[in-house]
Amino acid sequence: MKATVLVRPKSGILDPQGEAVESSLRQLGFDVGAARVGRVVDLEIDAASADDARAAVERMCEQLLANPLIESYEIEVRA
Amino acid sequence: MSDKPRVGIVVFPGSNDVDDAAWALGAVGAEPVLVWHAEETLPPGLGAIVLPGGFSYGDYLRCGAIARFAPAMGAVSEFAAAGGHVLGICNGFQILCEAGLLPGVLRPNASLSFVCRDVDLRVERADTPFTSRCEPGQRLTIPVKHGEGCWFADPALLAELEARNQIVLRYESGSCPNGAVDDVAGVVNERGNVMGLMPHPEHAVDPLLGSADGALLLASLVDAARENAAVAV
Repeated sequence: MKATVLVRPKSGILDPQGEAVESSLRQLGFDVGAARVGRVVDLEIDAASADDARAAVERMCEQLLANPLIESYEIEVRA
Repeated sequence: MSDKPRVGIVVFPGSNDVDDAAWALGAVGAEPVLVWHAEETLPPGLGAIVLPGGFSYGDYLRCGAIARFAPAMGAVSEFAAAGGHVLGICNGFQILCEAGLLPGVLRPNASLSFVCRDVDLRVERADTPFTSRCEPGQRLTIPVKHGEGCWFADPALLAELEARNQIVLRYESGSCPNGAVDDVAGVVNERGNVMGLMPHPEHAVDPLLGSADGALLLASLVDAARENAAVAV
């Protein structure tokens, strides 16, 4: 089974990387609003079901992949 | 037996301030003892522990996020839980925050630039084991060198920390090098036996380098380590 975790800076958290990307895009002539930069983690998981896989990834996020003080995450699981 | 208290310095892959920390602790009267990150137990008789600066595990994922799982960190947590004194400097501060031993988290500098310069600090509390040789309100000049030193806590957490008096060091107004919330440079845990700070006291123990103010912080820790050794934590 495969899972993808999207980790994002929580709303309201200063994201200097996002600001740098935003200003660079504007310099290139793109008309963009706020840009936010996060992280993608692709995982291969040995799990009996999608629910089991999701539960395991949830624990991974809590313990390591995201810092709940500053980051939110979304989990996507597929066979 | 030597009357010098033994202070452990945990060495992670990527720690690069180990030698300076060892030299500086020696200069203020301690016997530094290096502890490899893969060790599951601490050497006997440590009066305090320092987590040094550097880039443990390449700063992968988030600074300090991987190092907190090092075998030695289990022993450090037990040491802290037993009341032992632990000081995290720069990357050590990041590790202690990720490990949940200190509140908040260190984020990339607001400028996105690595900063390396002397900063002016204000001692908010002189009644901690890490600042006992300072005066309240004293101004210290100590260098910072980091890319991710922007300490963050949300307003609710910050209010709790203020109420419990856990902010020990602040950058002087206008001197904050990284965008830290409320100019916070150093915090302690609720119990007061674990502290982290972004500035590097070990780089400021000899006037030849511009300031010896860092020696006040390290000598405070060594005083505490000496008392701990006497009662064998």
